[in-house]
Amino acid sequence: MSFIDLFSLGFMQRALIAALLTGLAAPAIGTFIVQRRLALLGDGIGHVAVTGVALGLLTGTSPTWTAVVVAVLGAVLMELIRERGHTNGDVALALLFYGGLAGGVLITGIAGQGAATLQAYLFGSLNSISSADVWSTAVLAVVVLTVALGLSPQLFAVASDPDFARVAGLRVRGYNLLIAVLAAVSITVAMRTVGLLLVSALMVVPVATSQQVARSFRTTLLGAMLVGCAASVGGLFLSAWLSFRVSVAPGPTIVLLALAMFTATWPLGVWLRRRSRLMAPFPEVNATPHRSTDDHPHDHGQDCGHPAVPHGDHVDYVHDGHRHAVHGEHYDEH
Amino acid sequence: MTSPDPRLAPPVVLDRVSVAIGGRPILRDVDLTVRPGEVVTLLGPNGSGKSTLVRAVTGLLPHTRGDVRLFGTPIEDFTDWRRLGFVPQRSTASGGVPATVREVVASGRVGRRRLLRPSGPADRRAVEAALDVVGLADRASYGVSQLSGGQQQRVLIARALAGEPDLLVLDEPTAGVDLPHQQALADALGRLKASGATIVLVAHEIGPMMPLIDRTVVMRDGRVAYDGPPLTQEVASHTHHHDDHDVPTRHDHAPHVASPFDWERRSSQ
Ligand SMILES: Nc1ncnc2c1ncn2[C@@H]1O[C@H](COP(=O)(O)OP(=O)(O)OP(=O)(O)O)[C@@H](O)[C@H]1O
Ligand SMILES: [Mg+2]
Ligand SMILES: [Zn+2]
Ligand SMILES: [Zn+2]
Ligand SMILES: [Zn+2]
Ligand SMILES: [Zn+2]
Repeated sequence: MSFIDLFSLGFMQRALIAALLTGLAAPAIGTFIVQRRLALLGDGIGHVAVTGVALGLLTGTSPTWTAVVVAVLGAVLMELIRERGHTNGDVALALLFYGGLAGGVLITGIAGQGAATLQAYLFGSLNSISSADVWSTAVLAVVVLTVALGLSPQLFAVASDPDFARVAGLRVRGYNLLIAVLAAVSITVAMRTVGLLLVSALMVVPVATSQQVARSFRTTLLGAMLVGCAASVGGLFLSAWLSFRVSVAPGPTIVLLALAMFTATWPLGVWLRRRSRLMAPFPEVNATPHRSTDDHPHDHGQDCGHPAVPHGDHVDYVHDGHRHAVHGEHYDEH
Repeated sequence: MTSPDPRLAPPVVLDRVSVAIGGRPILRDVDLTVRPGEVVTLLGPNGSGKSTLVRAVTGLLPHTRGDVRLFGTPIEDFTDWRRLGFVPQRSTASGGVPATVREVVASGRVGRRRLLRPSGPADRRAVEAALDVVGLADRASYGVSQLSGGQQQRVLIARALAGEPDLLVLDEPTAGVDLPHQQALADALGRLKASGATIVLVAHEIGPMMPLIDRTVVMRDGRVAYDGPPLTQEVASHTHHHDDHDVPTRHDHAPHVASPFDWERRSSQ
């Protein structure tokens, strides 16, 4: 069977749809989580959701829905702890993370299932996705996307300054809970493809990547969704291709691909930021000493290679740490 | 206790209000009425309770005793929050994700926007006008984190102005803002006042705002020590120290190990 034939297989098509939706939903909600500086929240919810999956295995119900319920409960609990307990709440959160993971592994054992069953949920799996899973994934992803994008002005206000948002009349607590619930839902959406232990990466790494080149919140959000999509679909292809030789779960390939994209854009971001700092117009201030051009390499001009930064009615050429304003025969130090 | 004509109701009424933070009484027995169209400055040394008063008026802190009424409605029942504008003290304009100056200022419209609707021309006009007032129109597409502290403070002022409030509460809005821009802000507040808005201003430096001010309230140790015609800051002259009780509000997810179930400590600064 060739690489192309692989995609005529039902399970592969289902995996692709799931990956696409995951790649859109996780970074969308992830942007608001990163804005609130709660980058690790997703990790916590993911750990708690392990218990949800195990409960599904134990009771014989669909692990997707038990995971949604437990993840949402865990997310709400974490949000309440965070809100009330303040900095010390972090320790309580950590307790919840570990409890979720340990409880999940324990209950899976009680359910008589091996580590292999749980593995599919922890790191994702290509061929465990049923049509019913695709449907639930699609419904949940559409809900997350509609709410996250539709309410983005409100969510942005709450995430960037809760006090201001509250005085503006927003129910800050409700929106914070909404973000937590959406995070829990998108984590369950991502469970099938990236797996619960790596899902947080898909909420954070695309945002970090997109931030390298974006200056506005809006472009960061849309860019993150683009990167998330590319990483999850690309990672899925990669793991399918690799699986001819070795057995790899899609989760790690998706995350590593996202990290590779971050690494690739990082130097670009450094360069862009440096350039935008360098080329920002100088403020207009008068009083400037005149200097004579003696030890200068060339007459500055349009294409002389030095940055020409706007300064009121002329440009300054920036070189060797000074601002060279051509003034007839000599130059002025601006 | 709703007065018959809400337009004539005083925007702020505090009636024997006490506020406690973590069980410790901070404001005690504060009476204050701000009439429509008035500009009131709150003066007083660091820690005298100015921010606490502002936070009680904006509903960010619950009061333990007395009544707080906004536009004639008890604050518990007040819903018309779009009439209120707020510039918090020394908060930062940037979060974990980059945002442009225009985006932050536009978030000041959030109280006036309907859910799931795109912003309209009125929103855009208000945002551009607010950017003009603080002199940041040419930097509207800059990232907020690229700006200096005083410029970020001006972004927060513009955000409050963008909401076109009837009652504007500013907690030290001009800290770190240079004189020309303080003058520009004073002009903007003058225009807002002329359009009938009410302004409550916490300040250490009154500077160019002086001609606008109708009344001064001086706080001392959580109580009103003076309420009357405008004073300069000379009266509350030992107010120039910088904060030594600065509590950071932002908290990230890094584990700060301490007693995990210490529910009591809640920041309110
Ligand atoms: N989060 C908090 N927890 C405990 N006490 C607080 C908190 N915030 C303020 N206080 C106390 O309340 C009192 C009044 O503080 P407030 O911030 O209202 O002062 P302020 O007049 O605004 O001072 P400044 O000029 O420094 O802004 C101070 O004694 C302070 O110690
Ligand atoms: Mg204060
Ligand atoms: Zn010259
Ligand atoms: Zn040159
Ligand atoms: Zn110049
Ligand atoms: Zn030169």
